[in-house]
Order: sequence, then structure tokens, then C-alpha cells
Amino acid sequence: MNVTINGQPAEFSDGLSLLDVVVQHGAQAPFALAVNGQFIPKSQHAETQIKTQDSIEILSPVQGG
Amino acid sequence: MNNLTDKESLRYSRHLLLEQISESGQLKLKSSHVVIVGAGGLGCPAALYLAAAGVGHLTIIDPDTIELSNLQRQVIYKTNHIGRDKAQLASQQLQALNTEIKIDAQTVKVEESNFKLLIANATAVLDCTDNAASRYFINQACVEQQVPLITAAAIRGEGQLMVFNFKQQKTPCYHCVFPDLAAQDAGLNCSNSGVLGPLLGIMGSMQALECVKLITQPTKVMFNKLLTFDAWEMSFMQFSLTSDEQCSICRG
Repeated sequence: MNVTINGQPAEFSDGLSLLDVVVQHGAQAPFALAVNGQFIPKSQHAETQIKTQDSIEILSPVQGG
Repeated sequence: MNNLTDKESLRYSRHLLLEQISESGQLKLKSSHVVIVGAGGLGCPAALYLAAAGVGHLTIIDPDTIELSNLQRQVIYKTNHIGRDKAQLASQQLQALNTEIKIDAQTVKVEESNFKLLIANATAVLDCTDNAASRYFINQACVEQQVPLITAAAIRGEGQLMVFNFKQQKTPCYHCVFPDLAAQDAGLNCSNSGVLGPLLGIMGSMQALECVKLITQPTKVMFNKLLTFDAWEMSFMQFSLTSDEQCSICRG
């Protein structure tokens, strides 16, 4: 399936969860995740299925102030 | 509720002209108490705008003293203020800006202030701190006391803003969004990664803006969203937040 991650096209095998996709992509914790503009809480990362054309954002926490 | 004095009507005349604020909104600002935690890059612009806007009672909490390297972005302070307490100095400068309001300074770490009591009757809390431990502490206190939280952060050229109204049921919290931040000394901060000065002005001003709206036009506030800002690209993104049913702080 073809998705975008932080705006860049990426390709993965079908049937992967959100967690599978970001781990395969090499994302380093901590991060927040959103799919098609909707934040997905951490407890749902493994059970959220990704489908083709989904737009995934990996959001690194910013702490400075 | 009392009316505005003639002096206040003149001072706030550009607010009074706005139908969204007018005299009733200005009186709401006057009777509000906003607690600003952190008088650094975010806290300086946020506090300046809230004091200027006529928030009747401000509390500024910061344990630090002013350093030369702060002056690139912490716009309340002047070169001859180096070495003095940020909370004290900020409070003096804000009082000079607006003589009609009350300002308290607390020169302690937020964790060592009597924070829950301090915010119990507050209108809103602004998290303008620079570390995960304080952010978690402030979030938990606001959840427990059901006080609205306007939280922002900035590093390098990236900014983030979130507003939570803990008076409402089923509101996500900071911990739902970022549940696994490392200890206080880990991760990126302004002293090891750098930060664009005007970015702090934008993010802190947006905190003040959302606070003024929370007080005067609460239906217009960007509740339960993560707003991200990329200063180099001049681009904003927004993500709708939901609570995590397994959140250990707000329990979804």
C-alpha cells in the first residue's frame, strides 16, 4: 500500500498496523501519531489498521520554552 | 459587576471597539486570574500581552535569574537586568506596563510552589516551561483542579500549541498526547538545540490570544487540537486530539 509519512510518499505491505508502519519507518520514541489529521492515542497504535492513501504524521514532542 | 473607570475605558479602547470583546468582555478580563508558569521565551510575550490586555490578576512563577543568553528572545528583560530574578523583574515590568492590575511573583520551581492551591480559583494556566517534568506536573494539577490549560513549546524552528478545558468531561490532556517523555534532563532543549527568537514571540502570543478568547469568546478557542508551526516553512498544521482511555493522569 502507498501512504505518506510526514508528507513524503512511502510504500508498505498491506494489512499493517499504525505501529508496524512507524516502526518499519524507523521512528524513534517518544512521538505522537496522527492519521489523516486525527491524533491516535498510544494505546491504539497497535490496533489501528493503515490503508492505502492514508496520511501519517509522526510528531516529535517539543518541550522548550 | 462594576463598570470600567474612564482611565480603563481609554486604556482598553481598542478592545472595547471589538464586538467580540466590548465592555462586557473587558470586565471579564479584569475579573480573571491567569497563572503563567515560566517567564522565559514563551512566558515573556504571553505575560506582556495579558498584562496589556487587562487581565486583572497575573501570577508569574519562575525560579531562574536572567542570563545574557536569555536576551536573544526573552523580551521583557534588559541588559542591566542580568542576575536578577525573572519572576520579580517580569512582575515589575508588567506592573509598569499596566498599573490597573495585580501581579504576584513566585521565585520558586512550580513543583515547589503551592501550585494546586494557587490555581484552585484561577481562570487559566499557561504552561510556558522548558522541561517535561514541569509540563507533566502542571498538566496533572490542572486536570485535578479542573482549570483550563494553555500549553506551548518551541525548539529550533518548531512550535506546538494545545488548549485543554478540564472543566469539560472527556477532555484529552497533555499526558494523553505525550505519555512517554523522558526525564527532565533528557531530550532537546533550547540550550543544546537552539531556538529562533521570534518563534517564541509567535507561540507565546498565541497562548495569550487563546487565553483572551477563553475569557471573552470561549466557543472560539482551539480546544483539543495540537497546532504545529514550522517557522522555516511558515506552515501550520492542526491535529484533532482525543483522550487516551488508558491515560494514567486523566483516565480518558
